[in-house]
Amino acid sequence: MGVIELEWWQLALASLMVVGLAGCTAAARLGMGKSLLIAAARTVIQLALIGLVLEALFAAERLLWVALMAFTMLLIAGREVMARQKRRLIGGWAFGIGTVAMFLSSFTVTVLTLIVIIGPDPWYRPQYAIPLLGMMLGNTMTGVALALDRLTDTAWRQRAVIENRLMLGQRWQEAIGDIRREAMRSGLMPMINAMAAAGVVSLPGMMTGQMLAGSPPALAVKYQILVMFTITLGTGFGTLAAVAAGSRRLFDGRQRLRLDRLSAPKA
Amino acid sequence: MPTHHSLRLERLAIGELASVDLEIAPGKIVCLSGTSGSGKSRLLRAVADLEPHGGETWLGDVAQESLPAHEWRARVMLVPAESHWWADSVGEHLADADAADIEALGFTTEVLDWQVSRLSSGEKQRLALLRAISREPAALLLDEPTANLDDTTTRRVEDWLLTRVRDRGWPVVWVAHDPAQIERVARRHLRIQGHRLEEEGQGAWV
Repeated sequence: MGVIELEWWQLALASLMVVGLAGCTAAARLGMGKSLLIAAARTVIQLALIGLVLEALFAAERLLWVALMAFTMLLIAGREVMARQKRRLIGGWAFGIGTVAMFLSSFTVTVLTLIVIIGPDPWYRPQYAIPLLGMMLGNTMTGVALALDRLTDTAWRQRAVIENRLMLGQRWQEAIGDIRREAMRSGLMPMINAMAAAGVVSLPGMMTGQMLAGSPPALAVKYQILVMFTITLGTGFGTLAAVAAGSRRLFDGRQRLRLDRLSAPKA
Repeated sequence: MPTHHSLRLERLAIGELASVDLEIAPGKIVCLSGTSGSGKSRLLRAVADLEPHGGETWLGDVAQESLPAHEWRARVMLVPAESHWWADSVGEHLADADAADIEALGFTTEVLDWQVSRLSSGEKQRLALLRAISREPAALLLDEPTANLDDTTTRRVEDWLLTRVRDRGWPVVWVAHDPAQIERVARRHLRIQGHRLEEEGQGAWV
């Protein structure tokens, strides 16, 4: 089954419709037109660039290049996790905890999936490794960012409760236990919801893409299930690690709540 | 289980307070006053090790630094001016409250089933004292423990606290504003003046 070629002029038609939407929002004074156009332009430029990079990467098929690409993606994801938190740990901890948590979970699960389950030859074949890692990082990033944001923001708002529990002789783990659970929940909920709705409410993007590219639905479904599971694993372990490290960092060696380690939100 | 240790502050430094030395014998109450913002609450927080501070605090011959922080706070218990509750019902916060204590504070044991969200500020304040004491501390730091109470209830809570302090031999730091209350509960009264604590005119009994 061949794929129908998509030409740039056909994309231009789609972009005209986005411009139309921007015009409508501007006419309705919703103040969204500009950011909509900028975001649309970013999509085109970023995806076109990554297309070039991936073409080169797929052609070269070298472990070094794949690893370099993977770490670049990781660092950008780490920056994004940091930017999405309202009150973040200062001194590089917000970036560090997010990045290390994503590295531990996403990289481990991706490499395991590649070697044990899919088994391409060589195991780092970019056609499999890069899209898989990309989906892992994208979702783990959302989970880790949501969880850390919830953790630090709730700790800030409930500092009096946490300190009162400390005063009564509770350990820091107990004093922040409820907040940790809440943070874990908010990190994992998007993935649990996505799995519950998959196929019934939404057709997942990867599966849709594979079918558009000519794969039989049965195979696309199997890949989608695999990806859903690995993403859940990555998000789960990443969130777990980030919340554990983040909440530890909120207390010092004498189990004092140290909110001076959080930055003030930008107005 | 009475422990009878004295509480000793050695060159304690926090905020504006430069070097506080203070020893409180078992079963004795020291009142602490000072203008708002003078650092009364912060001093108590330093004694409970809730804020980084200089100097050392001892309970008997046990130094603050030598115990894990949560064990220190379980022994040297701070009851803040405003209490905070995390579970839904009162009973979930009170490990094992003595029925006699519950009644002495003007409640019945039914209070354990009450919803925290429906407590008045005065009820919260009394229950916070009960909550702290039900955990069997060895010293008490009270931050305006009767601020939200009417006169009758204040006297009732004072009487109950004085009896308990005598029975258990707790050294107590009691932050208070009302001179009449200070007169009633303490034999020693310290006032925060700038960087240090000053002894206030003592009661007629001296």
